[in-house]
Amino acid sequence: MVYFDAASAEPMVPEAARALLAGLEDGWADPVRLHREGRRARLLLDQARERVAAVLSCRADEVTFTASGTEAVHLGVLGVVEARRSAARGAGHVVVSAVEHSSVLNAGAHAERGGTAVTVAGVGADGRVDMAAFAAALRRERTVLACLQSVNQEVGTVQPVEEIAAECEAAGVPLLVDAAASAGRMALPGGWSLLAASGHKWGGPPGVGVLAIRRRVRWRSPLPADEWPAQSAPGFPNLPAIMGAAAALEAFDAGRDAADAALRRLTSQIRERLPKIVPDVVVHGDPVLRAPHIVAFSCLYLDGEALVTELDKAGFSVSSGSACASETGQPSHVLAAMGAVTHGNVRVSLPRGTAQESVTAFLAALPGIVGRLREAMGQPAAGGRR
Amino acid sequence: MSPRRRGTRAAAQEAGGAGPAPEAAPRPPQAPSHAGRPEPEPPAARIDALGRKCPLPIIMLAGQIGSVPVGGLIQVLADDPAARTDVPAWCGLKAHQLVAVTELAPRPGWAFLVRRCY
Repeated sequence: MVYFDAASAEPMVPEAARALLAGLEDGWADPVRLHREGRRARLLLDQARERVAAVLSCRADEVTFTASGTEAVHLGVLGVVEARRSAARGAGHVVVSAVEHSSVLNAGAHAERGGTAVTVAGVGADGRVDMAAFAAALRRERTVLACLQSVNQEVGTVQPVEEIAAECEAAGVPLLVDAAASAGRMALPGGWSLLAASGHKWGGPPGVGVLAIRRRVRWRSPLPADEWPAQSAPGFPNLPAIMGAAAALEAFDAGRDAADAALRRLTSQIRERLPKIVPDVVVHGDPVLRAPHIVAFSCLYLDGEALVTELDKAGFSVSSGSACASETGQPSHVLAAMGAVTHGNVRVSLPRGTAQESVTAFLAALPGIVGRLREAMGQPAAGGRR
Repeated sequence: MSPRRRGTRAAAQEAGGAGPAPEAAPRPPQAPSHAGRPEPEPPAARIDALGRKCPLPIIMLAGQIGSVPVGGLIQVLADDPAARTDVPAWCGLKAHQLVAVTELAPRPGWAFLVRRCY
């Protein structure tokens, strides 16, 4: 089996498993208690926070662990909206890009139900946000937050975060950067006010998100008060998993440059070969300003679910943004915002250490699978202008 | 909040380019309205893909566009959510012209008017 869905979850790195086991041994006690076991747990939690802060280039007391990247985004967005809510001046205005992760868009929709206005800035055909539209929206009165991802999770396009951060700075608007698709894989952009990420995407155990909030940012938890320290999400922390995630981030980030070169070579190969070996295929996203591990493409006249199923039978695990392959029956909002073909969609995302042979085998298997499925679908005569 | 299709550059482009001036033609009762733009002639063919899931509407369009003369119009009726993105995207890829998209309200779905360009 060849696992090509690292953008959903990176296989756990050995450092994560070791730290997780150490945490099960030593990190089970309540870190707010004053006894020996509690102090030990508190120390381990603080160490994990310091390790993550070092990679994010922020202060340890700015780092909060959550139960997932989604929860980190929800707390980040809603906490800023909550802190800026004013009886006299209303519930504020939030700007997001159209291709944000669903957690950002859903947090925006949640805030909207509480009276906040939300502007969704569009993107170009490559998935890159329309900077002029985003910057113009920032200038709207009572803008309390802007949200922009570092890298798009479906097509891999890098967003102009530092340029947008400069616009936010000039407009006095805090910027939340959803770095889930790039943390530990690429240098993190500067200029963020809040940053959200997810441990299982950098080889940590499932169930850990990170929310970093710069000290100057006004933020108030949108959830009921809790006895836990101010930097924590509510509830008893899953310290073993947090330790695993911190160790994984450190290791993953240390291997970043070597992995970037190796994976980029393989994804470039896929991008270049696909149009030559599969008729009527569209490769998505920016060919250069992109994450090293993601390639997304759509095969015209194909059912994305069938394609994922047949690739799985052939031993390749990939994901799809096609409507028929989604839980909701809706096509990927990312592809839709880009104006891209959503059917027959496949996202290949390579985990660290992917071998050339795996990519070669994938490229050897794909044309036959596509051809057989198209025949079964009653594909129209190939060709036509491109 | 509906993130879908709001304010995208791609969406702004798809309705652009009115193409050659249409000949005067009687407007059939089911023709969509095109406020402020010249009315296109009635379509030479119609595809009913209502109830068909992705990618069937696109397969039907690609298979039947050759049945209208070059420069002629074909109408596609579809209600799969993916068709709203995929019919315009297919036209862009294949260099045919998307002349209009009209909602079929009150029922869900759209009428796409496509001009065969070659």
